[in-house]
Amino acid sequence: MSNITPQTSQNDAMRYSALSILANGLRGNRGWTPAWREPEPKAEYDVVVVGAGHGLATAYYLAKEYGLRNIAVIERSYLGSGNIGRNTTIVRSNYLLPGNVPFYELSMKLWEGLEQDLNYNAMVSQRGVINLFHSDPQRDAYARRGNAMRLHGIDAELLDVEAMRAMAPMLDFDNARFPIKGGLLQRRGGTVRHDAVVWGYGRAADARGVDIVQNCEVTGITVEAGRAVGVETNRGPIRAKKVALAVAGNSSQVAAMAGLRLPIETHVLQAFVTEGIKPFLDHVVTFGAGHFYVSQSDKGGLVFGGDLDGYNSYAQRGNLPVVEDVCEGGMALMPAIGRLRLLRSWGGLMDMSMDGSPIIDRTPVQGLYLNAGWCYGGFKATPASGLCFAHLIARDEPHPVATAYRLDRFASGRVIDEKGMGAQPNLH
Amino acid sequence: MRIRCPYCGERGLEEFTYRGDATVTRPETLDQTAEAAWVDYVYLRDNPAGPHREHWYHGAGCHAWLVVTRDVRTHEILGVELAGGPA
Ligand SMILES: Cc1cc2nc3c(=O)[nH]c(=O)nc-3n(C[C@H](O)[C@H](O)[C@H](O)COP(=O)(O)OP(=O)(O)OC[C@H]3O[C@@H](n4cnc5c(N)ncnc54)[C@H](O)[C@@H]3O)c2cc1C
Ligand SMILES: [Zn+2]
Repeated sequence: MSNITPQTSQNDAMRYSALSILANGLRGNRGWTPAWREPEPKAEYDVVVVGAGHGLATAYYLAKEYGLRNIAVIERSYLGSGNIGRNTTIVRSNYLLPGNVPFYELSMKLWEGLEQDLNYNAMVSQRGVINLFHSDPQRDAYARRGNAMRLHGIDAELLDVEAMRAMAPMLDFDNARFPIKGGLLQRRGGTVRHDAVVWGYGRAADARGVDIVQNCEVTGITVEAGRAVGVETNRGPIRAKKVALAVAGNSSQVAAMAGLRLPIETHVLQAFVTEGIKPFLDHVVTFGAGHFYVSQSDKGGLVFGGDLDGYNSYAQRGNLPVVEDVCEGGMALMPAIGRLRLLRSWGGLMDMSMDGSPIIDRTPVQGLYLNAGWCYGGFKATPASGLCFAHLIARDEPHPVATAYRLDRFASGRVIDEKGMGAQPNLH
Repeated sequence: MRIRCPYCGERGLEEFTYRGDATVTRPETLDQTAEAAWVDYVYLRDNPAGPHREHWYHGAGCHAWLVVTRDVRTHEILGVELAGGPA
């Protein structure tokens, strides 16, 4: 029993299974090996992906679907330090506009097969996402959205108030100001454990030979004769045939290293988690009359959030007026949570684009690719974003479901403005 | 975050509404030659990680538009002026 040789090489990295858990448990859990290597950066790669959020998924699909071998993901901090590890874990494909619907549905389908694909338990939980409505016009708007989804073959159900009462009895249905009239339900929507998504993609990319380089900050983009040929980092220069940016929150900063100015502002979004309680809320619920949405984590805490703070920020923390606003929304929707104690609150840097939709495109600099502008909704996009970005990098043409995410759409007028708010990033 | 309004003194953030970057300027003309300048004005931002000049509206106070200079890494307010001179 004591004679277990540690498995170090990526090629014989163990497959996770119920049996491996059992066998390792019996051996005192001494047989587990690191889930990915910590390589020194090489002098040159075919593709350098900057940012280990969507960047990890990108590298994974570059290796798996497009057969590239010599890839690095460069991350200035640790894996999961960005928004991929700071979000409220909601996944859904309940979009309205044609540019968005097929993309987010592809992402949903990838979530559905992700754990088998990565051999990693990401706790994909299709518990249903419900958007509540509180007035007749809001019902009409949600009916329209639900119809758009069904026309694209995506599940959507318009629930009346009785059905809502059965599903979420703790809501304040007869609120004098915002009575609940029903909700739009996407049953296939739900939550996925965010850290596990980082770790799962990281491990699977590493197993396919991708170098994941943590604590390595890109400080410059090397451009020769109009072509990106590498990056400068705090650990030295790295040459690359192609450079791919996936640094939401810092896109403007990093793109400026290649002389680009983006249609993006960086804003802060806060989120909150309460102490753990017994099972209380089965679904993801969004309040239609205020800025509040909530789900219950498997540990029991209520994970909730609301609106952006509303001003440019790189501080990764917000201010009290939004804390108050979000909590008021929570109290208006489910007064039963009023005595719960808040465990933590935190903030993340949002790449707020001018139309509220993302960018997956080439840039005016040859060999430089951009994945940006994810606003507060890019976690659910992680698989499709990675796949479509990989497609773009490998083939030099957009993936069929991501053709609308062009960088020049602002100049051409083909914006994708789900909320119809115009070029005011803090309103998307 | 608290903002020192030139008229009202230091007030809480919840009294103000944010408009955005105060350094972009609206092109003078609407004709075709100014198209690039319009795209620039409407959509493109420096989005600096550091001092940022930005418009705020004191809606729950004196209704003045302000230009606030703020370090967006720390939220420290470095200066406040009236946007268009005295209102
Ligand atoms: C509080 C909160 C709640 C959210 N809730 C949801 C939700 O419920 N559902 C949903 O779909 N989305 C949600 N989001 C949005 C989602 O998290 C983001 O849109 C998404 O994670 C962006 O992915 P990314 O990979 O581009 O960014 P990140 O995961 O942030 O990855 C970017 C990485 O780039 C790195 N980086 C930056 N600059 C450099 C540099 N110079 N050199 C090297 N590396 C660099 C960063 O350290 C970071 O790790 C939420 C976000 C927040 C903050
Ligand atoms: Zn004032």
